[in-house]
Amino acid sequence: MCAARNPVAGRDGLAVLDSEEIRRALTRIAHEILERTHGGDGVILLGIPTRGVPLARRLAARIGEFEGLDVPCGSLDVTMHRDDLRLHPARALGRTELPPGGVDGRTVVLVDDVLYSGRTVRAALDALNDLGRPRAVQLAVLVDRGHRELPIRADYVGKNLPTSQREVVHVLLTEVDAQDSVMISGEGGKR
Amino acid sequence: MKRHLISAADLSRGDAVLILDTAEELASLADRPIKKLPTLRGRTVVNLFYEDSTRTRISFEAAAKRLSADVINFSAKGSSVAKGESLKDTALTLEAMGADAVIIRHGASGAAHRLAGWVQGSVLNAGDGTHEHPTQALLDAFTIRRRLAGGVRGGGEPPRDRGVPGGRPPGLASRGAGLDGLRVTIVGDVLHSRVARSNVLLLSTLGAEVTLAAPPTLLPLAVGSWPCAVSYDLDSELSKSDVVMMLRVQQERMTAAYFPSVREYSRRYGLDAARMARLPGHAIVMHPGPMNRGVEIAAEVADSVRSTIVEQVANGVTTRMAVLYLLLGGTEFPATGVAL
Repeated sequence: MCAARNPVAGRDGLAVLDSEEIRRALTRIAHEILERTHGGDGVILLGIPTRGVPLARRLAARIGEFEGLDVPCGSLDVTMHRDDLRLHPARALGRTELPPGGVDGRTVVLVDDVLYSGRTVRAALDALNDLGRPRAVQLAVLVDRGHRELPIRADYVGKNLPTSQREVVHVLLTEVDAQDSVMISGEGGKR
Repeated sequence: MKRHLISAADLSRGDAVLILDTAEELASLADRPIKKLPTLRGRTVVNLFYEDSTRTRISFEAAAKRLSADVINFSAKGSSVAKGESLKDTALTLEAMGADAVIIRHGASGAAHRLAGWVQGSVLNAGDGTHEHPTQALLDAFTIRRRLAGGVRGGGEPPRDRGVPGGRPPGLASRGAGLDGLRVTIVGDVLHSRVARSNVLLLSTLGAEVTLAAPPTLLPLAVGSWPCAVSYDLDSELSKSDVVMMLRVQQERMTAAYFPSVREYSRRYGLDAARMARLPGHAIVMHPGPMNRGVEIAAEVADSVRSTIVEQVANGVTTRMAVLYLLLGGTEFPATGVAL
């Protein structure tokens, strides 16, 4: 959710994670998912567009490398479930693509780039509710920047990043932005 | 996007592509156990229908309900209109009831445009006289793009497998695409057809090459200023068409003799199996419905695999959801005329 609308603006900011550090964080999260779900049985990874989707794919690939396990991977668009729709002009929709078999009875790990207010995750839980009944839902994020507005926490965190609400966190990923890095910059209002 | 959708000419290429892309994402909803989204909860949509309609009204109603809007259906029969209430007074009544959007079908060309000046909410034109029917053009463009654009041309991709979990949804490749280079032939009663006018405007905006094939008596006088070619001979157009769109012969609007007999019309401008066989292998046959089987389209053509007629109805709900979402889903009163 807190992904950069304009990644170029983020390049003036301070880099907090480089591509190696992002790789290591994802490797650790992949191991943690395997550990917490007792070998990843029945796990599916759902990325929240835009940048949660490539992160979910990377995690699935990592888990495949470690355990030879083919973890189903998909995407979950939350736009239509957001609580701030009326504060902006109508937005273009992202794609929702469920792996074969759907979410019923599975352990769904939601994947996003930045956890901030928690409102995107709330919307994701609502969206998931309309798609079926998972056995459990967990949350993996690359960056947790604090300032929660809802009682939501992440199960897997790449990096806890203390921020002020005036700061902007930009996650850049090769698949979308042609480079891997996490930047923090001072300018801008909320996000 | 503007606040209203009165004419296909109001849509820029960017607007039109955004609507088609949004519809593409919404199409997967039809395969889910819960075919509903909470997006327009608390919004009220009025279906104001002064003319008979089944598919358009039901399609708009289904679209609004799938987005959780409240729908009020109003048909002129059995209402105060029968007692002589004017369109303006009806509009003010609806306004007082707090309608966020009014979907209007009216027998008079320009009715939707007039209405837009009287109400605060969005006005969606669902057909005004012989003028325009923009959502029909959008669903036709969506159907064409799904079948033919984005590299699937020639494949004749079957529509049934859409949304198979894990399968590649059709239309994925066409995201962001227009209809560039596709040749669309619109055949028949162009004079009385709001569908034809909206399609010519929208399809040409999206880059398609549109040709009208009709008898001279069924073409409007100003057709020379439309962004399309005109032909009086259907047979010469068939072999170079990617899409053939048949129009209904609107006998209820015909106040004079436009052709000598239905049989002669059918012989020269009807699409029968022999004419269909001369189309390129990937070409599709469209009809906005309701059909006059045996007049403009033969039953065997209407029921063939090339026909997208049933698909068009399903795509109608999806496309209208996209339009309702984009007009009503965001800020109530966009600061500027262009919100996206």
